[in-house]
Amino acid sequence: MALAQAKSDATEARLSGMQIPEGGAGWARAARQDALDRLTGMGLPQRRDEYWRFTNPAEFLKPETPRAEIALDAPGFDDTDVLRVVFTDGVFDAEASDALSQEGLEIERFADAVTKHIHWIKGLLGVLETAGQDRVDRPFATFNTAFAEDGVVLRATGKVSKPVHVEYRRSDDTAEAVLRHMVRVEDGAELTLLESGVGASRLNTGLEVDIADRGVFHHVRMQGRDHERRAATHVFARLGEESTFKSFTLSLNGMMTRNEVIITLKGDDAVAHVAGAALGDGRDFHHDDTVFITHDAVNCESRQVFKKVLRNGATGVFQGKILVQPDAQKTDGYQISQSLLLDEDANFLAKPELEIYADDVQCSHGSTSGAIDETALFYLKSRGIPEDKAQDLLVLAFVAEALAEIEDEDLAETLRTQLAGWLERRR
Amino acid sequence: MLKISGLKVKLEEEDKQILKGVDLEVGAGQVHAIMGPNGSGKSTLSYVLSGRDGYEVTEGSAELEGVDLLDMEPEERAAAGLFLAFQYPVEIPGVGNMTFLRTAYNAQRKARGEEEASAAEFLKIVREKAKDLKIDAEMLKRPVNVGFSGGEKKRNEILQMAVLEPKMCILDETDSGLDVDAMKLVSDGVNALRNEGRSFLVITHYQRLLDHITPDVVHIMANGRIVKSGGPELALEVEKNGYADLMDEVQ
Ligand SMILES: Nc1ncnc2c1ncn2[C@@H]1O[C@H](COP(=O)(O)OP(=O)(O)O)[C@@H](O)[C@H]1O
Ligand SMILES: [Mg+2]
Repeated sequence: MALAQAKSDATEARLSGMQIPEGGAGWARAARQDALDRLTGMGLPQRRDEYWRFTNPAEFLKPETPRAEIALDAPGFDDTDVLRVVFTDGVFDAEASDALSQEGLEIERFADAVTKHIHWIKGLLGVLETAGQDRVDRPFATFNTAFAEDGVVLRATGKVSKPVHVEYRRSDDTAEAVLRHMVRVEDGAELTLLESGVGASRLNTGLEVDIADRGVFHHVRMQGRDHERRAATHVFARLGEESTFKSFTLSLNGMMTRNEVIITLKGDDAVAHVAGAALGDGRDFHHDDTVFITHDAVNCESRQVFKKVLRNGATGVFQGKILVQPDAQKTDGYQISQSLLLDEDANFLAKPELEIYADDVQCSHGSTSGAIDETALFYLKSRGIPEDKAQDLLVLAFVAEALAEIEDEDLAETLRTQLAGWLERRR
Repeated sequence: MLKISGLKVKLEEEDKQILKGVDLEVGAGQVHAIMGPNGSGKSTLSYVLSGRDGYEVTEGSAELEGVDLLDMEPEERAAAGLFLAFQYPVEIPGVGNMTFLRTAYNAQRKARGEEEASAAEFLKIVREKAKDLKIDAEMLKRPVNVGFSGGEKKRNEILQMAVLEPKMCILDETDSGLDVDAMKLVSDGVNALRNEGRSFLVITHYQRLLDHITPDVVHIMANGRIVKSGGPELALEVEKNGYADLMDEVQ
């Protein structure tokens, strides 16, 4: 089907002068070329596309990379013992990174992995991304497969004791970064991946996670505090039997953030939790969480918990879908998305969806949007707590349910501290 | 300590007069009780004194130790030494009771220019006071009032009062919903706090609390006014004859 003129013009403008990375093994070139072909076929999104009605993709479509001030103090995971992998302006920074070696883990640069003629990612690169296009086009994910040159490739073969921390740094105020991370968690293995930092003026990250039977994967991400961040991120995960996937994202500020998570529960008894908290201040803040979970096996559990705190004209979007395939009996699906609007200017738009083809299923979803509880606020103030502090306590309480999704208490505490700092600074 | 003169209050949103000229003076170290039928304006008086939104003072004044209360924010009134034990303590999911207490304690100290207490110091203060009120550590860890029984909520109010050490304590039907044992705990808690520098205004529907906390003065409030004041014997009279007789007498 031919694309609408506006769409094909915008796509052409964005892709003009862009080429898929040179070099690489034949399979990598083929995967990239295939992605580019698919991308030109589907076109980049327009406002009228079903999953872009609430979020204007314009910032991602501008042919020129927008200039964005470099934030100084991006929060990190300073109190955690990690294996640090740094990308500066979208390129692996060996100097700033730890040695890429860790027990129970194969770790290397994506840029290296794609040059090898035999590599396990050959069977994975673009595979989950393509599968994730089954119902809905996700053009920026396809864009990532086509153009990403670097990233980190992880294969966990045992219980990896230290988390791998991918840290994004910037030195250039018009840096554009496209990074691709590939993860395979083998049978019974365990891995934690952390992400933080400011990345780029415009950042596109893709993460493909393949979890074998009984594998466990944790993902904790901090986005912020760069006010002019434009980020489109995708996490694709496929879960084997009795495997676990848990992902949490804390987003502070940013201008335009679109975080998509696409999960397929492929093996029986698997568990997938995805959660996030986003705090935004100002008319130029727009944060979008778009989640698509497919239950394709028996007795799996999925949970989505998303909280947004918005003020001063900030906008939050949640689009979440649970799809239960005919054979996915005994599915337990839960989805909640809530926003706390600190003033009358803030906006929250939600689109929860359930599509169920099995009959023995338990699925619930809820979406709420509300102001601060005045009765609670008065109670706190009547005990001597000043208004702003009282409000902070109620904001922290509001996001607590999402933070409770983080299994590691120390990581949760790190995020809580970042949150408290944001509240203290008032943005 | 507390001086209320000719206080008239209406609802902000509607044209409904609730307090129609209240005069009341509580001296330092005194315990006054306010009794009266439901809907007479007792809770409204306590809310207006502590600064809740939704009410409009049309006339009169309220002073705490000579300072105008009505001009202050609720948190300033608290720091100045006013405390209200709520008739319906508020549940706050997600805020730990201990965090709440410490934040309040330190905010008040800060407002008064005093040194804030460390987590460890504060824990010690709270543990001691909690023990007297039979509030266990588990209750301190839970979110404020969430899942607390009626009695636990009321004991939690008294714990806050004991920790914050206000000068002027208003207790709004702290006795309602308490069994005999809880009533004893609560009144022991209040009595332990009684001293010459601290005053109490005890709002109650029933006389039985006043068996435990002996008041200096008893006021009867009806239809937005204090219609009669007297000694502790007035409470007994109400208990025996009900409000109806008294109302007739006042009319
Ligand atoms: N916020 C409010 N909105 C509407 N009516 C109110 C409000 N607050 C108090 N009232 C009314 O004012 C009167 C006094 O109430 P209240 O002070 O609670 O009495 P009491 O505590 O003596 O039972 C009642 O008629 C009550 O319905
Ligand atoms: Mg009342």
